[in-house]
Amino acid sequence: MDDTGTPGLSAADTWTVAGRTFTSRLIVGTGKYKDYATNAAAAEAAGAEIVTVAIRRVNLSDPSQPMLVDHVKPDRFTFLPNTAGCFTGEDAVRTLRLAREAGGWNLVKLEVLSNTKHLLPDMEETLRALKLLIADGFEVMVYCSDDPVYALKLEEAGAAAIMPLGAPIGSGRGIQNMLNLGLIIEQAKVPVLVDAGVGTASDAAVAMELGCDAVLMNTAIAEARDPILMASAMRHAVIAGREAFLAGRMPKRMYADPSSPLAGLI
Amino acid sequence: MNLTINGEARAMAPLPHLAALVTALGLDPRKVAIERNLEIVPRSAYEQTPVADGDRIEIVHFIGGG
Repeated sequence: MDDTGTPGLSAADTWTVAGRTFTSRLIVGTGKYKDYATNAAAAEAAGAEIVTVAIRRVNLSDPSQPMLVDHVKPDRFTFLPNTAGCFTGEDAVRTLRLAREAGGWNLVKLEVLSNTKHLLPDMEETLRALKLLIADGFEVMVYCSDDPVYALKLEEAGAAAIMPLGAPIGSGRGIQNMLNLGLIIEQAKVPVLVDAGVGTASDAAVAMELGCDAVLMNTAIAEARDPILMASAMRHAVIAGREAFLAGRMPKRMYADPSSPLAGLI
Repeated sequence: MNLTINGEARAMAPLPHLAALVTALGLDPRKVAIERNLEIVPRSAYEQTPVADGDRIEIVHFIGGG
């Protein structure tokens, strides 16, 4: 039994990114919740050890408004600052330098988007930003398209983790290209995480069955009717998918194969 | 003294240093990061960093994001 109460999955089944080792394979976002208290409760129910966060201007007109760090506490979760809203490498570097100053973290999530309709990553600019960030001392987990060619370029440039989308951010459409994800996972020597596109628990399980190291999601939990219950479902789905991957699935067959022996029939 | 803080023009009484500005704005210095004229100011240097007329100040913090 491991600490999740799940038989068969050893507590030693950890994953490591940029020298930091984690047990939970579910990273959750902190956006779109109705309030920070629900957000914190969902992160706990997800069993998450890492949460993504964004950097924005403080509200000068109301400095007493609730702050994320008062609810989702940096001593409880590893904060993974993102570059959401950045469209150039320079924007991303500026944002993450501020994040590093705000909290001292150098493990970051890079996302450089192309347009606001589909939020798909601009891979040329993402690769350029990655090189700028690495030169500045960051350890970078990179949100990217599900393109194995670009994934390899990111890894060769020094990405700490490759994070291909399953489907566009917030779309909840599940894993759209299992073949490409499989190719990315097969070639990668750094962790691969599906980031974006998960809509429900089975999507997370599919990602883990493909052999991903972890899954990152936000909207699927935040926009569920009961976010805390969905966070729990996602936790179980990630564990189930991981165990299924480790267990090794049965072969697919064209025809039936009886489970009860045909010999000895009366 | 005229400052641009987070993109907004603000007239402020003269301030001895950045720490005084943070206090005047009602912010907790442990929860923010600050750029002065596009250069990050380490939190440890707020009391040594002057605030001058025309400065462009950005004050940011962590919010929810995915």
